[in-house]
Amino acid sequence: MCDQTFLAITFGPCDSCSENRPLMNLYIKTEPINYCSLCMEIMACQGLASGETLKSLKAESETLRKKLEEERKKLHDVELEKVAEKAEALGELNMKTRRTLKGHGNKVLCMDWCKDKRRIVSSSQDGKVIVWDAFTTNKEHAVTMPTTWVMACAYAPSGCAIACGGLDNKCSVYPLSLDKDENLAAKKKSVAMHTNYLSGCTFTNSDMQILTSSGDGTSALWDVESGQLLQSFHGHSADVLTLDLAPSETGNTFVSGGSDKKANVWDLRSGQNVQSFDTHDSDINCVKYYPSGDAFASASDDSTCRLFDLRADREVSIYSKDSIMFGAASVDFSLSGRLLFAGYNDYTINVWDVLKGTRVAILFGHENRVSSLRVSPDGTAFCSGSWDNTLRVRQEGRGVGRELKQGGTTLYG
Amino acid sequence: MLIHSMQSSSNTARARRAVQQLRIEASIERIKVSKASADLMHYCGEQGKYDPLLMGIPASENPFKDKKPCTIL
Repeated sequence: MCDQTFLAITFGPCDSCSENRPLMNLYIKTEPINYCSLCMEIMACQGLASGETLKSLKAESETLRKKLEEERKKLHDVELEKVAEKAEALGELNMKTRRTLKGHGNKVLCMDWCKDKRRIVSSSQDGKVIVWDAFTTNKEHAVTMPTTWVMACAYAPSGCAIACGGLDNKCSVYPLSLDKDENLAAKKKSVAMHTNYLSGCTFTNSDMQILTSSGDGTSALWDVESGQLLQSFHGHSADVLTLDLAPSETGNTFVSGGSDKKANVWDLRSGQNVQSFDTHDSDINCVKYYPSGDAFASASDDSTCRLFDLRADREVSIYSKDSIMFGAASVDFSLSGRLLFAGYNDYTINVWDVLKGTRVAILFGHENRVSSLRVSPDGTAFCSGSWDNTLRVRQEGRGVGRELKQGGTTLYG
Repeated sequence: MLIHSMQSSSNTARARRAVQQLRIEASIERIKVSKASADLMHYCGEQGKYDPLLMGIPASENPFKDKKPCTIL
């Protein structure tokens, strides 16, 4: 040790506080550290690993970032679009609106399907949360939240409860009873408490846990019964706007997107941020996992949607057109993952071929921004919620199986 | 002056956290885009025939299809 370090006293600017002071010149592993005695004491109290200084950490940061870039580049041997040239071309789609759900008095901000594939919960700017039977368009339940801008709502896996929240900074769970006249608000349970607005919520595999995202920059996992915080997830440097849980077969992770333009993948148990993607140019409004769990799509205010492959650790496709100039608010995949439905602020829904990167349909009908879009659990329909106060349920219009053409051969599905 | 050096120590703490995060991200196993793309294509191909938004649904099985009005003779 003694032959590794030696002290010499000089006067000059401290590396840490920049004040002109008598400096303790220390050499740790041949790297010079010129700290004043005060900063030297602080460093000792901080318990820095030997050799760590702001300079060395910044240098290591740069090295690691370059290494990450190189690794990702090395594996970028081909574009998804190129590989997908071999895939069958999609025929013309014929999406038809089957139901229009009217009843909200203000902008619909969020919606979710029940696992029974027929019920839908939706929430709006005026604080109303409505449970619909999408087959009959009847309203089964309605509750008025003590807050406006209910930006998040979710159906419990059992179908027996809903969760919602917004400007109240909380996520509340309402058990749904079979008695339609019962006062839902009476049984309300406050589960999550954030320090800013609730932007997203979802139940995990059971009714017992809820995952939330918030304008306070964090996501959190809560126990519904006790309201206890089980895990929190820190890493975004601005509002977290969206989250999606990985399909249950692929393990315990979720992805979140934020105003910091980043999409982060998290381990539910450890709270660790395991992967990060920052290629978007603006806020990420929505993230959704690809059905296999190996990738996820994002929708952003930069008017593009993108596909990120988790095993390749990079963006593999971008869904955009010069003619699309408005932000994308919400995305979801069809059952096979071949189609990506995206709702935009220009009132349209664009349907993309996920593999080839081309747009296969534009859907009109909403009279204001499309704020929320979800495919039903069995993939037979998708529902879109809009600032025009309505929700629309749409399906592929051909009554029988469509033809798929593959290089001249016609296949009947 | 004390506050200034406190700020720089938190700069150090922040830099340390950034380095730890980057170390984790740099250490993950990655696969080639060609392999990832092939797997995505394979999944779409396998599941495509069961995808109702791609293939359509026979009217008899479709709960959203409007039933034709019945005429009472």
